Amino acid sequence: MMKLHNLLENSAAKFFDKNAVENLKGGSISYGELDSLTSVIKNELTKAGVVNGDRVGIYSHKTIDMVSAIFGILKADATYVPVDPGSPPKRNAFIMSDCLVKLVIIEKEFLEGFKEALGWGEVKVHFEFGEQLIIIDGPGKNNSAASSFDDIKCEDPKDSLAYILYTSGSTGNPKGVKYSHKGALAFVDWCSETFQPNENDRFSSHAPFHFDLSIHDIYVSLKHGATLVLIDEETGKQPMTLAPLISEKQISIWYSTPSILTLLLKFGKLEKLDHSKLRIVHFAGEVFPIKHLRALKEIWTGKRYFNLYGPTETNVCTYYEIPDKIPDDKTTPFPIGKDCSHLTCKVFNDEGELISKLSEGELCVTGPIMQGYWNLPERNAAVFFKDKNGMKWYKTGDVVIEEEDGNYTYVSRKDRMVKRRGYRVELGEIETALYKHPSVLEAAAITGTDKDGGVLVKAFLVMNDPAEESMIKMKQFSSDNLPQYMIPDRFSFQKSLPKTSTNKIDYQKLKEY
Amino acid sequence: MADINEIKQVVKQYLLDEYFEGGNPDELADSTPLISGGILDSISTLQLVTFLENQFGIEFKPNEVDQDNLNSIAQIANFVQSKKG
Repeated sequence: MMKLHNLLENSAAKFFDKNAVENLKGGSISYGELDSLTSVIKNELTKAGVVNGDRVGIYSHKTIDMVSAIFGILKADATYVPVDPGSPPKRNAFIMSDCLVKLVIIEKEFLEGFKEALGWGEVKVHFEFGEQLIIIDGPGKNNSAASSFDDIKCEDPKDSLAYILYTSGSTGNPKGVKYSHKGALAFVDWCSETFQPNENDRFSSHAPFHFDLSIHDIYVSLKHGATLVLIDEETGKQPMTLAPLISEKQISIWYSTPSILTLLLKFGKLEKLDHSKLRIVHFAGEVFPIKHLRALKEIWTGKRYFNLYGPTETNVCTYYEIPDKIPDDKTTPFPIGKDCSHLTCKVFNDEGELISKLSEGELCVTGPIMQGYWNLPERNAAVFFKDKNGMKWYKTGDVVIEEEDGNYTYVSRKDRMVKRRGYRVELGEIETALYKHPSVLEAAAITGTDKDGGVLVKAFLVMNDPAEESMIKMKQFSSDNLPQYMIPDRFSFQKSLPKTSTNKIDYQKLKEY
Repeated sequence: MADINEIKQVVKQYLLDEYFEGGNPDELADSTPLISGGILDSISTLQLVTFLENQFGIEFKPNEVDQDNLNSIAQIANFVQSKKG
């Protein structure tokens, strides 16, 4: 059975001396070098005891060495678990402990914080490579439970888990989305067929590697012998620096959230730059406001634009090509499109019955999608169901309408998950973090809209100490306990929070506050 | 040359209007950490830069949009003043 790392091996045979990966500082690695370095890492992981089914964490900035770490782990038949280096160490320690990674490939600067979050003293260092990376023991080393999980099993017994990506969880802890080689490759092959990339393409890697957007960037690029251009986290947020780099690095296939494209449009002075090499612009993760998309298309002309839709659990499951000309009077967002050919989407009601066109229902997906969440049997039972033919479907939680022409249009969410600047945020995770504050008696988070139509997170708190009722203190507390994109924009201190008749927080009432 | 206290006042008022809705204005001191304290994120930082460029007729170079120049009202005022020269 084909595995993800075979994509690299095949390209290394054909494009040995060609640059596989470049960074923005002039660094690069060829296909040949990447293939041999990843084999060295694989051997070191195996020597340190990694076997099929083991998880290996990666705690690093986005670097060429990190790409090598990923392929080293895959070649060792293990599953990689990348974490956000910008998130609080406690959150990352939770993730590594949750799926009991046997080893961690960590950048030296994160070692102290990680050890402290785990309450560890000394750790065993197995190997050092690249400029900054070391391989150390993880929470799953010497833990007999680590290798006895049924969780590593895939639906196809010949298949195995390639990666676990953690996303925001409503109970307060992030949850691990398990993806197999077969599932990821089905998506990669669909990209090949649909977008026809070639070895002359230069792919952007804007999204961090703990996001599913990175699956497109890394594997589609390397499959075709193209060059992957890594955009580090800092530069990725700086449109004034980023815009000229897109031109200098001659990016031809771009993929990011609409938020980043909007930032480039507003602050990147795009009209002064030559972006003629760019031919495909993919966006995903949130709705692209028509006003900004239209303005972008007027500057970046002659390119194909694709709205890719899908939660991490399915990766991209529907897509829509934006028409060349956006009518001047169009104000509503474009549809999320039709299903990708490697899987099937349908709309169901709450009773599990199919819904006809033009009616609202929940978008459900079947095919090579996630293998479930890591060690969350109840959550898995809640998100999957079998239809009357015995077909297993994943419930996205997105309410959609299938239009007359077969395109799906997004309507709303069924739960309390929101998208903020393309990031997926469970309001429940924010509330759980706020409850960790010793003075917080009650916490509730809701969303509002800012003046540009973006999503604002508002937190309402009841505190037992008036001296702690400080927006600045709560911002600081939030930044110590949550990723930056989950920090509430507004804090409001209340005597009490409104309750429903069953004594739950009345979120509808809070919206009127 | 703009008076540094005037610059501080203008910046403080902007921050209060944009990011402190419902907050106590007395809490926002000249030294309050804005970026490392979680008050400004990457996007609000860029909005602040645009505001400063328009308000004071200066232009930021890409490498100047940086925590060293923008992490507090005092740092912002110093930077703006040095730009205005």
